[in-house]
Amino acid sequence: MTGVQTCALPISFGALTLALLQAGRVPGTVWFLLALAGVVVLQDLVNGVRQRRSALRLLAQAARTLAWPAAVSLLAWWAAPRNLPMPAQALLTLALVTPFGTLIYRLAYESLADASVLVLLIVSVGVHFALVGLGLYFFGAEGFRNPSFWDQRFSLGGITLSGQALIIFAASVALIIGLRLYFERSLAGKALRATAVNRLGARLMGISSSSAGRLSFTMAAFIGALSGLLIGPTTTVFYDSGFLIGLKGFVAAVFAGLASYPLALVGALGVGLLESFSSFWASAFKEVIVFGAILPVLLWRSLRDPHAEDD
Amino acid sequence: MRRWAFPAFAAVMLALPLLPVPDFWITQSIYIGLYALVALGLVLLTGVAGLISFGQAAFVGVGAYTAAFLAVRLGLSPPLTLLAGLALCVAAALLLGALTLRMSGHYLPLATIAWGLALNYTMANMEWLGKYDGILGIPMLSLFGVELGTGRGLHPLVWSLALLAALGCLRLLDSRAGRAIRALKSGSTMAEAMGISTFRCKLTVFVIAAMLAGVSGWLFAYFQRSVSPSPFGINKGIEYLFMAVLGGVGKVWGAFAGAAAVRLTEDQLQVLLPRLLGTSGNFETIVFGIVLVGVLKYAPDGLWSFVGRWLPAPQRRRDWAGASALPRRARPPRGEALLQVQAVRKQFGGLVAVNDVSFEVAGGDIVALIGPNGAGKSTLFNLVTGVLPLSAGVVRWRGADIAGKPSRVIARLGISRTFQHVKMIPEMTVLENVALGGYGRTRCGALRAVLRLDRAEERQLFAEAEAQLARIGLAERAHEPAGNLALGPQRLLEIARALATDPALLLLDEPAAGLRHHEKQALAAVLRQLKADGISLLLVEHDMDFVMGLADRVVVMEFGTKLMEGTPAQVQASPAVRAAYLGTEH
Repeated sequence: MTGVQTCALPISFGALTLALLQAGRVPGTVWFLLALAGVVVLQDLVNGVRQRRSALRLLAQAARTLAWPAAVSLLAWWAAPRNLPMPAQALLTLALVTPFGTLIYRLAYESLADASVLVLLIVSVGVHFALVGLGLYFFGAEGFRNPSFWDQRFSLGGITLSGQALIIFAASVALIIGLRLYFERSLAGKALRATAVNRLGARLMGISSSSAGRLSFTMAAFIGALSGLLIGPTTTVFYDSGFLIGLKGFVAAVFAGLASYPLALVGALGVGLLESFSSFWASAFKEVIVFGAILPVLLWRSLRDPHAEDD
Repeated sequence: MRRWAFPAFAAVMLALPLLPVPDFWITQSIYIGLYALVALGLVLLTGVAGLISFGQAAFVGVGAYTAAFLAVRLGLSPPLTLLAGLALCVAAALLLGALTLRMSGHYLPLATIAWGLALNYTMANMEWLGKYDGILGIPMLSLFGVELGTGRGLHPLVWSLALLAALGCLRLLDSRAGRAIRALKSGSTMAEAMGISTFRCKLTVFVIAAMLAGVSGWLFAYFQRSVSPSPFGINKGIEYLFMAVLGGVGKVWGAFAGAAAVRLTEDQLQVLLPRLLGTSGNFETIVFGIVLVGVLKYAPDGLWSFVGRWLPAPQRRRDWAGASALPRRARPPRGEALLQVQAVRKQFGGLVAVNDVSFEVAGGDIVALIGPNGAGKSTLFNLVTGVLPLSAGVVRWRGADIAGKPSRVIARLGISRTFQHVKMIPEMTVLENVALGGYGRTRCGALRAVLRLDRAEERQLFAEAEAQLARIGLAERAHEPAGNLALGPQRLLEIARALATDPALLLLDEPAAGLRHHEKQALAAVLRQLKADGISLLLVEHDMDFVMGLADRVVVMEFGTKLMEGTPAQVQASPAVRAAYLGTEH
């Protein structure tokens, strides 16, 4: 759940940032990012003064927090009116949206990391509420639709494929392979998994649970922003669209039992097909059908795996 | 003081329309009552039972739309529309609950989000529900021929329902069913071991929360005299959760505090923030979101804790003197083969934690299970009591195969247990914790608790709990919160709780750990007394003095296999056992 929400809003942020860069305007993301970084610095300062840290260390910490947001913001401010090529703007967008993950983690979650799942879930709700409202403030209520990354169309035995669809598919497969390799093969990925299973145990093995949290939120923000970039050309994105898109992704992940990337892809394809067909046959009920579809999935999962205990 | 707080508050709220209060405040007060009804459900669901629902606004919507549709299109009277709305809410809650409550953690929140969204889109897209315009022209609410209007007339009805709901929740929480619900938050293993069906408990709470939301929706429809989809969306669902958390999860009056705080600030923020920010929009969510995170960080007990700490803690009146005893099961005759464990096996992946272990416990026996750490003793306990499923083997209880039965069924057959890591509800008193053990021997459910038809049985239950505490030597601490106890007395509490189930066989997992020397001696005396009363004991223990002085027979395990079985003297003389504990000489 925490994942849904942290993945969900960067979708909107990614798409909207790119749209505003395309329009030659400095995106609201810049101010949002700077404000968020400022608040985190403030929080660190208050904590630091309380713990009587030295001024030098506090300054260094503040500089570390501010460096990336400030640099990317300056770059965005410089680049916005210059109408750079699309890939450059996309990269800039990723660079702008990804740091949101860590900043939000540090603001809302870090000091609560040892709290129960229940509390974290409610915190996520609070973060979602605040981010949606702030998204409205920084981006406005206007929706945007981005131009495609690749306008080419292919026809393959009667099926027309757009270049954009191919890019989306390639990016999904690349992410699946990348995440799989990262979590199965690399030490950092295994450390992250260990933290997810047992924080205390992982900490005793020298894994910092706070950097694990920052890392996973950064990854979630990056993936969210990337999917926002990719989805931007296919639909009109508003400041709060990410929530629904993220939820549909979660429905897909439930198909996979929240544990397998390839199965999640299959689930996502299923959700997408269901949505397309229902918008064709019964457009008024599109969302009802998509979200109603979770019920049979839950039934199947509860019959298959009834003893999922949380203790 | 506490006795008068509720009647005084109720009197003020019910008499409010008679006082010279401006209409604006009457309207606000009605909203607070409506919100508090929903938040009360979430206090039970989230605060007490530890379950999350984002779909409460959808249940409000079901209540409101049912009332609106039936009143406008079919001209049905308010009581009928209420019944129909409640029936729909219950049906939806049962379906969602049945699908998700058997599974862990995030499935209920997810399902309620999906349900909230799906229902909201249905309302907004259905021709016969008026699409985005909703249903207009709902008649005024009239009961027994009296038209209540939408302001001062409706206020007493809203508040009497809200106050009755609060009273019902308080009564429920102080009852057999309520204690079972309070046990849900700390995992299901202990509750199931006390004979509680945690699934049914969760379902009960979820249905109650849905019904409270449905009542609120019914009132809402007659109050607004029109319904449209927007007040029942997912954001509103989150806002209700916010009210419950802000007020203080788990506190009945917190629901009212949270509802009042949200309602009174929402209006102000909706005016203030757009002016401050210079554009229009629902910016109050920013404040709510930040406040929500802040509350969880800095005041996790919510607003009510600031009020509640000034109120004296409620004292349980000792009204069970002379209550008749709960029925006891007939003790099995001494020497009857009670528990037969035959070639029981448990594998976790490639690890064989329990490897074809067999032994027996006869009526009136004290059998000790010993072995080095990691020998599989606690796993064996979990297999016998149905906490873990067997990989292979047979467990017989008085001749009948009980392998694979859920632990609540096994508990009701007369096998009770304590846990190696104490599992209790720290915020309940010692006495209430022990009363949890009597769950399987009593009947009264949630409805009887709300109507206070359960008092005679409650007296029996508390008399039993008190007797068991006295038996174990913990009687003078009965009214303390269980969380105040040190580890040793906590273990005694678990034994008393297990005894309250009226077991024929008691499984004790390291009962003497954390006890001082003389406390151990007292415990040994109690266990001998239990044996004399015809209760058989199977215990895991590391203190050899304790075990050897107490047990009739000792089963030794090592690396999941049974090393040997015999009298304490035989075991002490065995070179194999000595090798297992101390290593071999080379």
